[in-house]
Amino acid sequence: MSPQTNPAGTTSRWSEATQQRAREIIARYPQKRSAVMPLLYLAMSENGWLTEEGMAEVADWVGITPAQVQSVASFYTMYKRERTGTYLISCCTSISCMLLGGDDILHAVEDESGVPHGETDADGEISVEHAECIGACGGAPAVQVNYELIEGLTPEKARELVRWLRSDKPEVVNPDDMQDRFGGQRSFDWAIREEGGATGPYPAFGPFGTGRES
Amino acid sequence: MTYPLLITKRMTEHPSDSHTIERYERTGGYGAARKAMGMTRDQLVESVKESGLIGRGGAGFSAGMKWSFMAPNRPSYLVINGDESEPGTFKDRQLLERDPHQMLEGIIIAAVANEAHHAFIYIRGEYPKPARRVQQAVDAAYAKGYLGSGIFGTDYDLEVTVHLGGGAYICGEETALINSLEGLRGEPRLKPPYFPAAKGLYMQPTIVNNVETVSNLPHILDMGVDAYKALGHDADTGTFMFSVSGHVMKPGNYELPHGLTWRELIYDVAGGIRDGRELKMWIPGGASAPWFVPDDHLDLEITKDATGKALSMLGSGAVVVMDDSTCVIRAAERLVRFFAHESCGQCTPCREGTTWLEMILRRIESGQGRDIDVDLLLDVSDNISIGLGWPPKMTTICPLGPSAVSPIISISKYFKDEVMAHIHGGGCPL
Ligand SMILES: Cc1cc2nc3c(=O)[nH]c(=O)nc-3n(C[C@H](O)[C@H](O)[C@H](O)COP(=O)(O)O)c2cc1C
Ligand code: SF4
Ligand code: FES
Repeated sequence: MSPQTNPAGTTSRWSEATQQRAREIIARYPQKRSAVMPLLYLAMSENGWLTEEGMAEVADWVGITPAQVQSVASFYTMYKRERTGTYLISCCTSISCMLLGGDDILHAVEDESGVPHGETDADGEISVEHAECIGACGGAPAVQVNYELIEGLTPEKARELVRWLRSDKPEVVNPDDMQDRFGGQRSFDWAIREEGGATGPYPAFGPFGTGRES
Repeated sequence: MTYPLLITKRMTEHPSDSHTIERYERTGGYGAARKAMGMTRDQLVESVKESGLIGRGGAGFSAGMKWSFMAPNRPSYLVINGDESEPGTFKDRQLLERDPHQMLEGIIIAAVANEAHHAFIYIRGEYPKPARRVQQAVDAAYAKGYLGSGIFGTDYDLEVTVHLGGGAYICGEETALINSLEGLRGEPRLKPPYFPAAKGLYMQPTIVNNVETVSNLPHILDMGVDAYKALGHDADTGTFMFSVSGHVMKPGNYELPHGLTWRELIYDVAGGIRDGRELKMWIPGGASAPWFVPDDHLDLEITKDATGKALSMLGSGAVVVMDDSTCVIRAAERLVRFFAHESCGQCTPCREGTTWLEMILRRIESGQGRDIDVDLLLDVSDNISIGLGWPPKMTTICPLGPSAVSPIISISKYFKDEVMAHIHGGGCPL
């Protein structure tokens, strides 16, 4: 396989470094179709969200049609097929967060950012969504920024969070840092601090983001 | 009152480094895996059966029994379910973040018992931090030769792949999870014939076990079956992780022996109700479980059996506590909304029914409810879960649909007056 072409034999839309990641991801599965999900995250990290071209490229790598890739991508909420902000703020309004004011947190985030849930601001900086339970019920109400968690917010802290994202524009969002600045009650003692975190609206894991433990 | 800890002991005693392989080994880690390398499949399956270990993913099935059903053809696969998305549940997150090697050692034991040479850890997409911790642990175990080819100096190979989900609760259902791992839409498979132990990942025999389930395995081998059973309460052996949330003073994960009462759990362990309020109701085992109320259930023992006899379940161990300021319609609406949102859409009663239930509840909540809405709620529910019995009669491909009616059954059983007050008073009476 020449470095310029993907397994379908067409010229890859991805850089050589990204192609190398794609090869490493595929090697971790007994069958290459199983790599569809991580490759979709890889495609998102290339473009900031999941574009038609991104899905076509994934199709080439695993040997299925773009329509098949689209059908998979559309099943899952985390593959954003519309332009998504640099910071995706997901506010949990499921039962345990609702009981402790999760709706107020969502409203504060919407109000402070001027972005209703399900939408993105004009400069592509912030997207807001309401989320179902994010596994932080003991630290309710909770939100995630690019899937990095903050537990035990208040509406005022939620507004501060929005202002901070807009003014500081952190390149990497780190959960410990955000929890210190904006959080409160936690589901459990996080204990160990990490360096790094998310660099876009997709989970910081493996080749994505910079999440490394200190 | 303190209770003996098993799977949260290391993280409690060594909070700063319980996730490292150094701490894990210094506290006896990987001894049980070495022991398992010298045991046969039959011996391992027998020990786990004998231990009484029940799966902690919600379905409550005997782990050893499940292993014994594995079809004989090979290759076989092991899949660890870390999709934890049932509202109220956050225990696996703590186990993944704080003691990943304990789970990995359990994976080695389960893999050897089921002759699997490739294991997958499926972690929900919204858990990147737990996934990073687990990947670091996997890398450390590979570096030591505990994973990879020829583990522990034997000729046994074991690869482990950490896989991130895409934000779909239904992928916690084991056959949906397998489809998802194959790169398909995460829709549950029709059963039979696709019980994973017969035909699972790539149509090969596959064992799906929950994170907490396998985290128990090293302890069963270390302490022996009898000591493990002695920790429990009759048929419920070992300990159980409860995720307690809502209107309690001390929310959090609690590893507890079976057989306490709900009163002890809510008032002693979790510190009672906040702000001087009164307990109104609680969900004993995750969003799918029918609710309990103080008059009937506070002094009930917390066991799988007693909870089942009271027509609910311990499920994923999520206890959501609600005080007397909670509107029952609003609570039910949030729970039903979840199932409506997460329905995969394959079965008409689930797809249409959950959306209907959500709409009717919204209508009642906003003060637009009508007298017939109560019957309508029950009618729609009866279409999803025929006869409205417990456990539900299965008419859908998976139990998600029937789970959505639990809140409806609960409000009509215990809070009919409050529902009617919404309808006649043009909105919430609270
Ligand atoms: C809708 C639905 C969601 C489920 N979600 C989970 C989950 O998030 N985690 C889990 O371990 N099991 C979940 N289960 C149960 C799994 O299907 C399966 O029984 C379990 O993973 C088996 O592991 P265990 O025997 O160790 O409990 C779910 C089941 C259903 C029907
Ligand atoms: S019951 Fe609902 S979630 Fe389960 S398979 Fe049917 S439609 Fe999908
Ligand atoms: S209900 Fe919000 S994190 Fe679980």
